[in-house]
Amino acid sequence: MPKLKVDGIEVEVPQGATVLQACEAAGKEIPRFCYHERLSIAGNCRMCLVEVKPGPPKPQASCALPAADNQEVFTTTPMVKHAREGIMEFLLINHPLDCPICDQGGECDLQDQSVAYGRGQSRFAENKRAVTEKYMGPIVKTIMTRCIQCTRCVRFAEEVAGVEEIGAIYRGENMQITSYLEEAVQSELSGNTVDLCPVGALTHKPYAYEYRPWELKKTLTIDVHDALGTNIRLDSRGRQVLRALPRVNEDVNEEWAHDKTRYAVDGLVRRRLDRPFVRKDGKLVPVSWNEAFAAIAAVEHGGSVAAVAGDLVDCETMFAAKTLVTALGGSRLEGRQTGMDYDTSSLGAVAFNSTIAGTERADAILLVGTNLRWEAPLVNTRIRKAIKRGAKVFAIGPETELTYKVEWLGDDLGVLSDLPQAVLQAFDGAERPMVIVGPAALAGAHGAALGLVDTLGLVKPDWNGFNVIHLAASRMGGLMLGYASKGGIADLHDARLTFFLGADEVDYTRFDGFKVYVGHHGDRGAHHADVVLPGATYAEKPGTYVNLEGRVQRGERAVFPPGDAREDWAVFRALSDAMGATLPFDSLPALREEMYAAVPALRHPGLANYEWSPPSLGTTATGRIEGYPIQDFYLTNAICRASPTMQRCSAELVHGESFAEAAE
Amino acid sequence: MADAPAIPDEAEVRARWGAFAWSEDSQRKAAEILGRYPAGRQQSASIPLLDLAQRQVGAETKTQGWLPVPVIEFVARQIGVPYMRVYEVATFYTMFNLAPVGRYHVQVCGTTPCVLAGSDDVFAACKNHGLSKGRTTPDGLFTLTEVECMGNCSNAPMMQINDDNFEDLDYDSTTRVLETLARGETPKAGSQTGRRSSEPAGGPTSLTAMVNENHDYRGEWNTAHAG
Ligand code: SF4
Ligand code: FES
Ligand code: FES
Repeated sequence: MPKLKVDGIEVEVPQGATVLQACEAAGKEIPRFCYHERLSIAGNCRMCLVEVKPGPPKPQASCALPAADNQEVFTTTPMVKHAREGIMEFLLINHPLDCPICDQGGECDLQDQSVAYGRGQSRFAENKRAVTEKYMGPIVKTIMTRCIQCTRCVRFAEEVAGVEEIGAIYRGENMQITSYLEEAVQSELSGNTVDLCPVGALTHKPYAYEYRPWELKKTLTIDVHDALGTNIRLDSRGRQVLRALPRVNEDVNEEWAHDKTRYAVDGLVRRRLDRPFVRKDGKLVPVSWNEAFAAIAAVEHGGSVAAVAGDLVDCETMFAAKTLVTALGGSRLEGRQTGMDYDTSSLGAVAFNSTIAGTERADAILLVGTNLRWEAPLVNTRIRKAIKRGAKVFAIGPETELTYKVEWLGDDLGVLSDLPQAVLQAFDGAERPMVIVGPAALAGAHGAALGLVDTLGLVKPDWNGFNVIHLAASRMGGLMLGYASKGGIADLHDARLTFFLGADEVDYTRFDGFKVYVGHHGDRGAHHADVVLPGATYAEKPGTYVNLEGRVQRGERAVFPPGDAREDWAVFRALSDAMGATLPFDSLPALREEMYAAVPALRHPGLANYEWSPPSLGTTATGRIEGYPIQDFYLTNAICRASPTMQRCSAELVHGESFAEAAE
Repeated sequence: MADAPAIPDEAEVRARWGAFAWSEDSQRKAAEILGRYPAGRQQSASIPLLDLAQRQVGAETKTQGWLPVPVIEFVARQIGVPYMRVYEVATFYTMFNLAPVGRYHVQVCGTTPCVLAGSDDVFAACKNHGLSKGRTTPDGLFTLTEVECMGNCSNAPMMQINDDNFEDLDYDSTTRVLETLARGETPKAGSQTGRRSSEPAGGPTSLTAMVNENHDYRGEWNTAHAG
């Protein structure tokens, strides 16, 4: 633990820390462009210069200098200021200074730091260099003349995303950042390079020229495009969400978000259900709320009432629907839309017990039927980190590119009860072994996977290595609220009245009774419904979500739902009146109190404590894993299907269509 | 100018070079090159393998050789690294040609010492022989490139043609070299004025006793010092 002085302030930093980190520990801000906590150190921008004693009598790059005992660091001396001003002047020599037309304007590191270190005007009278734009795909827009060659984007692609398709070609003045042969970058995480880029060289293509950052209202909420619960900030103007950006949460998403989280928001204003509809003569006809309610109230259900939760709904919505179903005499609830019927008697047996952050520390990992890259991209990045620390990864299932080296064990589930010697050996010495069961295996091999807990020694006093991957943001919350029936959704098929909460992946043809769809997009559900009640998306209501590891998180409302649409719980509250089964809450806080009373674990944000008492299920599994449930990463729910950006990503990145870029 | 030199049309190049594979000779050399690096460090072989590939392309096209994109990808596959990483290397070093060149790649140094010593005459000779910068002559023989210092300043001005350096040039000797090459003969490499390596122009002026054999000057130095 080196002890050193920064501007006279004594600090102690962990072994291996850099001088830059020591300066931060002392509360000194060091300007930087290339350094980033989560990437390797490049030391190529030289903006972080400081004066260090003992050492050569010249400024040193603090980001690449290890902190050592008895060092004296100076961050404010004339030498430091002078050196940084010099660097800034050099950086600006070839920078176009086109801030007035640059999307990064207002949130640009170069802009900010030039306020402190820039000269008033340029002494450079020669021609500036110009670099042609590079095509990087549907997500990242490039204006490469602005690039200061910090190589953050290159390092992110290589180290975090695991796709080595971005690089720096040529040298010296001709150096340029580009994707390989200017092809689209094949990564579901490419949007992060835009956040990392300290200047406006990489900007969000879908949001180009749409806003200025300072005119946006910022709302903290939770993403619903997968079960990870990525912490996000929705930036909105007026009634429209203009962009989604990740927030830092070390336990969940670090500071990343995948492209669906970021760019599906343009689907929030398209194909929206903005008024109630009732089916008359086979056609959906717009009606008033009262008429819609009357149509539902007229159904003779005789207590045969059920509710199906979609993938994107919050706990409040599910709780309101459940309360209504119960009040009407029904009891059947289900959230697993595609028909899965795994055992849910113990939530620990279907949760991601090692925790997302814990994944990094695993030393032996077995993936069973999961294409993590699409099912939980940000768990995938954690596995990459574990591998860097020496973890070995095996996988059962059809081979797919996960961005790291995997030893594939075939797609036959039978191998679970007869694991090859190599696997047993790797797990034998493992301190933190992990098995990750994906949805493709959960249906047929839940028991067999649980059997591995004993054979591979997954559970230890301070470690639980049994993990399940879910795809729906609503899944764990739904299971906690009882949205699971023994036989899966098949148990609900004969209900006379069924509420579908934004459920768009259900096989509607199996339902014979009266179908009420409460949701926000005119997608599959609305097409089959007898009555459609317009609800709110995740951006339009405060909500509680539980992620796959059982982390309870709450999001806020960014904008209001369009037209007649209302927050879903309020829809159920109003409907309950019309049906003569008034719900016992009039406000969201009141609903939440009821919900906490029913499921206390939802009260406190943070990890819910699922006790570990796995059910004993048959431990043999047979059959093959035919494929993974996600066929197209970019079109997994109603919001993305309505999003032009996601459609373009799907066409280009999944289906290999090529798009000619119009010259600008 | 920070624009990339035009990399030749992809479809055509892929059709021509997509099936590139080591010749028997290169295969042997490639194995030897790879053998120099420990397992897991094959990326270190990027540069020698690119050079080998460029030479093979040269042999196949009877030119100095260049690196079509499919050939770069072939090398990347050989060492198991992403295409981008090898592509970066190929674009970084000017010794790798990204577009076809002629039979002889004439690289004339245009850095200060060479300019002071008369590289203008060398360029003039090239020009009058039909060469122009960045182009290949219609007969496919010569490609002229102006390059920065090649470390031969004491024999300035100089040019490099394929693997040989031609030094102490003037207008006439440059013309002579080019004409010899055009005739299909091999000109004498090195200094064109006949001086040995980079010793002074009129022959050695110091340490003369050491020219032909090793000589111990220490005794003499001591007396000189004492006197
Ligand atoms: S594009 Fe941006 S992130 Fe990438 S090297 Fe240039 S300045 Fe850095
Ligand atoms: S931040 Fe230290 S050199 Fe770039
Ligand atoms: S300047 Fe021409 S070789 Fe050095």
